[in-house]
Amino acid sequence: MPPFGQRSGPRGKRGDKKPGDKEKGQRRPMFRRRKVCKFCADKIDDINYKDVKLLAPFVPERGKILPRRISGTCAMHQRKLQVAIKRARQIALIPYVTD
Amino acid sequence: MSDRQYELVYILPPDTTEQQVAELHTQVEQVVARLNGQIEKTENWGRRRLAYEIGHQKEGVYVLQVINGSGELMKELDRRLKVMDQVIRHLVVRVDEEKKVVDRTRTKRQTESERRRVKRGLPPQRQPGEGRAAMDNDDMDDDRFDGAEV
Repeated sequence: MPPFGQRSGPRGKRGDKKPGDKEKGQRRPMFRRRKVCKFCADKIDDINYKDVKLLAPFVPERGKILPRRISGTCAMHQRKLQVAIKRARQIALIPYVTD
Repeated sequence: MSDRQYELVYILPPDTTEQQVAELHTQVEQVVARLNGQIEKTENWGRRRLAYEIGHQKEGVYVLQVINGSGELMKELDRRLKVMDQVIRHLVVRVDEEKKVVDRTRTKRQTESERRRVKRGLPPQRQPGEGRAAMDNDDMDDDRFDGAEV
């Protein structure tokens, strides 16, 4: 499995590739599922604002919330994550901005 | 009495003594008692670094309290904490509903998996050594967020 950073195709999604499988044009390389949501995969039901360790990977250096398209989080969990991060920011567990 | 549950987190300056923390705790307790609430638990996280400066403070003493009570109670508490100048930051969050949802999904998943396992003729609980071994999660976490730092 190629690591996320060094994909082979221009829009190659992560995951196994059949040998000799060519990327068809620009978009929609069919039959390849995107990276699954961390919270679904690990069965984390409760995204809690107090759990900084859980939230930290979704807040990159700059302090912004990591977009779904990069983290692969599903919509439901991204919403919960967003609320949790915002709460954590209010009580200074996570920064609003860092430069 | 309403059965709502709230979490209250407040931050005190790093130089507050144990005694001052206890004092504030009793103050909160009084308000809670007066408005027919009850404190379910209190957690003192101790001194922590703040993620950003608040009023030139870089550290703070965090206290978490789980309170059962009404909305009016929390409104009152919120108002009071806002006024107190020894509290540098506080946050009130209602938690009972989310907790309910979490419990429900958890039990649902549990029963569902048990049902499926029984259907397959297996004992309802996962046996040790069964299934795939736990993965080494370290590097998974690493590459999951590659390309994130913009």
